[in-house]
Amino acid sequence: MKSLRFIAPLAIFAILVVFLFRGLNLDPREVPSPLINKPAPAFTLTRLDDATRTIRREDMLGKVWMLNVWASWCVACRQEHPVLVEFARTKSVALIGLNYKDTRPDASGWLKQFGNPYDASIFDSEGKVGIDFGVYGVPETFVIDKQGVIRMKQIGPVTPEVLATRIQPLIKELNG
Amino acid sequence: MARLFAMLLCCLFALPGVAKDAAPATQDPVLEARMLRITSELRCLVCQNQTIADSHADLAVDLRNQVREMLRDGRSEEQVLSYMTDRYGDFVLYRPPVKPATLLLWFGPATLLVGGLCALVLVLRRRSRLADDQFEPDEFAAEQREGAT
Amino acid sequence: MIPELGQIALLLALAVALIQSTVPLLGAARSRADWMAFARPATQTHFLLVATAFACLLASFVRNDFSVLYVASNSNSALPLAYRIAGVWGGHEGSLLLWLMMLSGWMLAVAQLSRHLPAPVISRILAVMGMISVGFLLFMLSTSNPFDRLFPAPADGNDLNPLLQDPGMVAHPPMLYMGYVGFSVAFAFAIAALLGGKLDATWARWTRPWTTAAWSFLTIGIMLGSMWAYYVLGWGGWWFWDPVENASFMPWLAGTALIHSLAVTEKRGAFKSWTVLLAIIAFSLSLLGTFLVRSGVLSSVHAFATDPKRGLFILVFLAIVIGGSLALYAWRAPKVGLGARFELVSRESMLLGNNVMFVVAMLSVLLGTLYPLLLDALGMGKISVGPPYFDTVFVPLMVPVVFLLGIGPLSRWKKAEIPDLWRRLRWAGGAAVLAALATSWLAGRITFGATMGFLMAFWIVGSILVDLWERVQPAGNVKASIFSRLALMPRSMIGMMVAHLGVAAFAFGISMVKTYEVERDVKMNVGDSTELSGYTFTFRGVKDIRGPNYDGVQATVEVLHSGSPEVVLRPEKRIYRVQRNPMTEAAIDPGPTRDLYVSLGEEVDGGAWIVRVYFKPFIDWIWGGCLLMALGGGLATSDRRYRAKQRQEQPIAANVGTAS
Repeated sequence: MKSLRFIAPLAIFAILVVFLFRGLNLDPREVPSPLINKPAPAFTLTRLDDATRTIRREDMLGKVWMLNVWASWCVACRQEHPVLVEFARTKSVALIGLNYKDTRPDASGWLKQFGNPYDASIFDSEGKVGIDFGVYGVPETFVIDKQGVIRMKQIGPVTPEVLATRIQPLIKELNG
Repeated sequence: MARLFAMLLCCLFALPGVAKDAAPATQDPVLEARMLRITSELRCLVCQNQTIADSHADLAVDLRNQVREMLRDGRSEEQVLSYMTDRYGDFVLYRPPVKPATLLLWFGPATLLVGGLCALVLVLRRRSRLADDQFEPDEFAAEQREGAT
Repeated sequence: MIPELGQIALLLALAVALIQSTVPLLGAARSRADWMAFARPATQTHFLLVATAFACLLASFVRNDFSVLYVASNSNSALPLAYRIAGVWGGHEGSLLLWLMMLSGWMLAVAQLSRHLPAPVISRILAVMGMISVGFLLFMLSTSNPFDRLFPAPADGNDLNPLLQDPGMVAHPPMLYMGYVGFSVAFAFAIAALLGGKLDATWARWTRPWTTAAWSFLTIGIMLGSMWAYYVLGWGGWWFWDPVENASFMPWLAGTALIHSLAVTEKRGAFKSWTVLLAIIAFSLSLLGTFLVRSGVLSSVHAFATDPKRGLFILVFLAIVIGGSLALYAWRAPKVGLGARFELVSRESMLLGNNVMFVVAMLSVLLGTLYPLLLDALGMGKISVGPPYFDTVFVPLMVPVVFLLGIGPLSRWKKAEIPDLWRRLRWAGGAAVLAALATSWLAGRITFGATMGFLMAFWIVGSILVDLWERVQPAGNVKASIFSRLALMPRSMIGMMVAHLGVAAFAFGISMVKTYEVERDVKMNVGDSTELSGYTFTFRGVKDIRGPNYDGVQATVEVLHSGSPEVVLRPEKRIYRVQRNPMTEAAIDPGPTRDLYVSLGEEVDGGAWIVRVYFKPFIDWIWGGCLLMALGGGLATSDRRYRAKQRQEQPIAANVGTAS
């Protein structure tokens, strides 16, 4: 009993080291989404290419789709864009772009310059829909199932690895 | 002549010291104060070491506007906080919610205090029950002078 | 050429440190005087080599040698000289060299000022410090070399982060590191005692001045950091419970417990193994802080460029140093004796009560700081722990501490009588309550928080006054004037009173500012005024300005106090040319009873500007209190009994006024 209190500091420290070691592999800045496995927030936004037409959440029910948040002012989006353009050619999933806090001319011009992988882009100039989706850093990408439930969120650019290891298997699974 | 007189009259009224009282920076200072109070306990997701009240990031500006709107619509503080956590999770709260995962956090310090003080008292009691020969010679036994450090 | 010289110096320092950490240690174990004799010369050589390396890095900065990667990343030819010098410790690699420089300095001081220590003891102490140096040198040379070159050398550098271009930056890290590294001395003393098996009151008397000195430096370092945040960050705050602030505060809390615990061990030879454990903990927290700031494990505004590889190295170093010392403790401490006897109610037990509370406070801060990591590592989600938590948990813990602060110094060693203490302190207590209520009322309104804060401050002052009053009473047949009785008080006693007075000033300042601070955000056109607590602020317009490495606008705000001119404040908004970050420079008029704080917001249509104006009562007492605490520590360190020349073998001090 007496020696217990002398060993205690060492034991506590050992536990601490284990946690600190685990911590080295974690990213304290990454904010996980509370919306995973919850219905996607409702939205009604005009299309980027045609301000008279709108897309609503309900329009996307019945199919698996991806929502990619992008902007012409976003530097990291240029990194992932070629990956998305390439992926869009496979036509394996509907890809909707959420143009976040941008202007129509800048956004359209950017797509013309770098390519347009999206089935359509919706125009969220004030960022309200982005906030509803819990967007805090562009680019972000969501995978949403046929019932309109968010199944995955990718924070940061979509890389070929992420596509191959996480997104494509998930899409396959959701498609049944 | 009359024009000169009119000009002089205008100069009299433009004297310094008759300063205008500055308008508040916002339309509704009371609402603003409420908004700042609430957002000062929320963490900015972009500049993660500042509160949403203080941060200059675009998202923080947007969220402050959102909170202003919600308060104007009559929402309560709880509703504002739910709005934030629904979208960003508990990470956005600088005051961690009290739930099973955070019981250790919130009750740990008090438990440690009580435990520490009890341990101290027990150890001191145990010491006082030991025989004199367990202790080392008291070199300062002569030192009974009151108040010497 | 110069960077290469620095590089070589570091490599040689490593070799010397390796010798320093092994040969004298073996010499002490085997009683070989010739091996133990290596300790001091090795320490001296080590100092010279590290100083050379430091000088080389400093020279590279001053000469704008951008072929050195670290200089290119942290400096610029337009950067003023003072900040080129401070840039040496502005980034990760250079700050490590600063750590090492401090360590070499403390080692040298210990070597030079410890002639009275037996050879085995000083050998072990210097060997342990040498081991720490080996760790830091290996870390630097393998992952964080400040002398790495950059080819081709860029024409100009990246500039120092504008947040760091401030006088506070020049002084804050050196003071802080003096504190962190200073605790390594107490640590080395503790390990030496555990290794040598001799742990007694004499050991405590040797350790105490070093520890108190380190604590004083750390106090100043933290104070400077807080002041810097206040002056530079532009939102009027001075403490945010940010992980890196906590990383400096935890060793301070442990250090405060340690200096009080050493008092018990020195005076009564009691609780020796507890004191040794605290010494190990205080330095361990310094090292833990180093890890937290540089590993990327916690996100913080202060964090250096983080790199998990560096983090792993430090973690392994931590595991070895702290794990090793705690293992040594577990093995050797049970054999340490109990010291002298004392009652449940006595000065000793009150000092230990202080210890319990400071350690609990430290653990609470640790818990809050690491909890997000804990939950994340267990896969239980991500939370944030910020000021609302720490304020709620920490402040109540300090109330009993301050209460004890009032009665502890008046309690007798070995056995104290509660009725006696009550009789001596009841008037002071009553007066404190009345003074607290009166102050709240005078300040504008009576609130629970402010009154409690003032009560704590006045309670401390009252207790000190009672203590002084009792000391100047004539005792026995000795007739002496008040002044001569006061002059006979040992420095450590004066130091204690000054430091405790600092705590009172600190509590007073915080209570005043937190409760009675006034803030106003206004839209000002030229000529507009706003009135705040008797001061009138009039906006006179803005003009463009050009600094050495920045451009911006500067506003002029005239302040009147009850009609007469008080001061002219010039807040600025700057853009630093190289890094293009916008910075808000608040304009502050400090004063003994209040700060006036003006910061410039955005320009709005019509040429008006958003201006934020603060009236902060007594905020400078917060830092004044810290200064007093450090001064008290300094006075205590310079007490006569620690000076080797006058030391005799017998530690008994029976004369009036020399015992402390």
